[in-house]
Amino acid sequence: MDQGTLQGIGTILTMVAFFGVCWWAFSSHKKNDFEEAAQLPFADDASPENKEKRRD
Amino acid sequence: MSNSDTSSSPAPAYDVKVVKQFAIMTVVWGIVGMLVGVIIAAELVWPDINMHLPWFHFGRLRPLHTNAVIFAFGGCALFASTYWVVQRTCQTPLVSSRLAAFTFWGWQAIIVAAAISLPLGYTTSKEYAELEWPIDIAIAIVWIAYAIVFFGTIMKRKSRHIYVANWFFGAFIITVAMLHIVNSLAVPVSMMKSYSVYSGAIDAMVQWWYGHNAVGFFLTAGFLGMMYYFVPKQADRPVYSYRLSIVHFWALISIYIWAGPHHLHYSALPDWTQSLGMVMSLILLAPSWGGMINGIMTLSGAWEKLRTDPTLRFLVVSLSFYGMSTFEGPMMAIKTVNSLSHDTDWTIGHVHSGALGWVAMISIGTMYHLIPVLYNRKQMFSVALVNLHFWMATIGTVLYIASMWVNGIAQGLMWRAFNADGTLTYSFVEALKASYPGYYIRLLGGFIFFSGMLVMAYNTWRTIESDKVREAAIQPQTA
Repeated sequence: MDQGTLQGIGTILTMVAFFGVCWWAFSSHKKNDFEEAAQLPFADDASPENKEKRRD
Repeated sequence: MSNSDTSSSPAPAYDVKVVKQFAIMTVVWGIVGMLVGVIIAAELVWPDINMHLPWFHFGRLRPLHTNAVIFAFGGCALFASTYWVVQRTCQTPLVSSRLAAFTFWGWQAIIVAAAISLPLGYTTSKEYAELEWPIDIAIAIVWIAYAIVFFGTIMKRKSRHIYVANWFFGAFIITVAMLHIVNSLAVPVSMMKSYSVYSGAIDAMVQWWYGHNAVGFFLTAGFLGMMYYFVPKQADRPVYSYRLSIVHFWALISIYIWAGPHHLHYSALPDWTQSLGMVMSLILLAPSWGGMINGIMTLSGAWEKLRTDPTLRFLVVSLSFYGMSTFEGPMMAIKTVNSLSHDTDWTIGHVHSGALGWVAMISIGTMYHLIPVLYNRKQMFSVALVNLHFWMATIGTVLYIASMWVNGIAQGLMWRAFNADGTLTYSFVEALKASYPGYYIRLLGGFIFFSGMLVMAYNTWRTIESDKVREAAIQPQTA
């Protein structure tokens, strides 16, 4: 296999991986998970006990 | 230090001490590193102020400046924010307070070793990796301890998900370990002298694989982790698109690693490698801007906060500079553009639009958010001084990069100007003379930025000082 073919295969595999990540990230079955994860920076503010402990 | 096992309690006692230590040292090393920067900028205007002593020579102080601002100032900001964010988003204290304390003292010792050995002239001559082999081994040990603390904390998390900021921090920690160890492989010949195991063009390629990914993973991925936590936190709303942040992460880390060869355009590096570096640098624009848009759009619907909150302004303007320098970078990686910009002050301007505009401003914004939280204050001692610092930082950065653009383009054009008979139109000294106005303005811009750090130190000191009594009264669990 020459270098050009190898580079071609590499490019296609990278493209497939990229579209795979996009499909995974934007597919609807992950929606709730991501919304939950996006709230994590605020999770420690939610409970009054936390405020009690850290007062921030 | 408080590291009690609180698995049943909803509010674990976080490790705050090590975060406080790193936060304070961020301000201290910021002042030191930028002061050295101002001194070497002055040496370029008035070369004789080095007093003809070797320890103050530009060639020795310049690596001290770069190491101090990147690894001491930026490094402490990264340690502080990773230790803070990983605890808060995993809802668990650090896996080991002892090991975290070891990383703090170890890192400070390494910084001091750098500050002594570099002016004495000990150097491997590898840019951003100048420190000699015993210090390199110490860095590797501290860094592995850092990785254990970080990933150990992730492993015992209470939350189901690993927040996206931790993905960026994790990639930064792993990749920097790999880059540092591979690039620093050397054969020691004495206590403070070693030779790289690589030679010729391979040595250059390994060095710039390291060098550019120090930019990509230390100065970008790490600070993007900061952005994904502190921008939502300061704006009080979740990130604009969590899905975009996932695509951003995978695209950025898989592309950055290939961009290094653009530092070696028109060198002995094989042509195809240079072209690969150029193409990968151009593709890098897409994930960079995806991340920038994700950060800035987090404010959508809350833009009015920028008017009243200078901390948020620091964070958002840093993203604007990030967008600007990640546009400029790919352009400069194009070989034809690079033939004009290479070795000129344009490169220095580009680095500082990233280093002052992006890295320093997001770190400063993060510290203005973090310091009041760490010390149980509602806000910084003076919001007006935060605002003053914001304008000093912005004006300083703009003066710095604008003067270096003018210088760089002037130098590039003068160096390549030919007469009809094929001789050079300008001698090197003529290009240097033409650069002088830019050197004055750069010194002025850098000095203003540095002075802003002094304002920050005063504000930080007053914030902590005025809180001493209150803290002891309400927060017995922190040391």
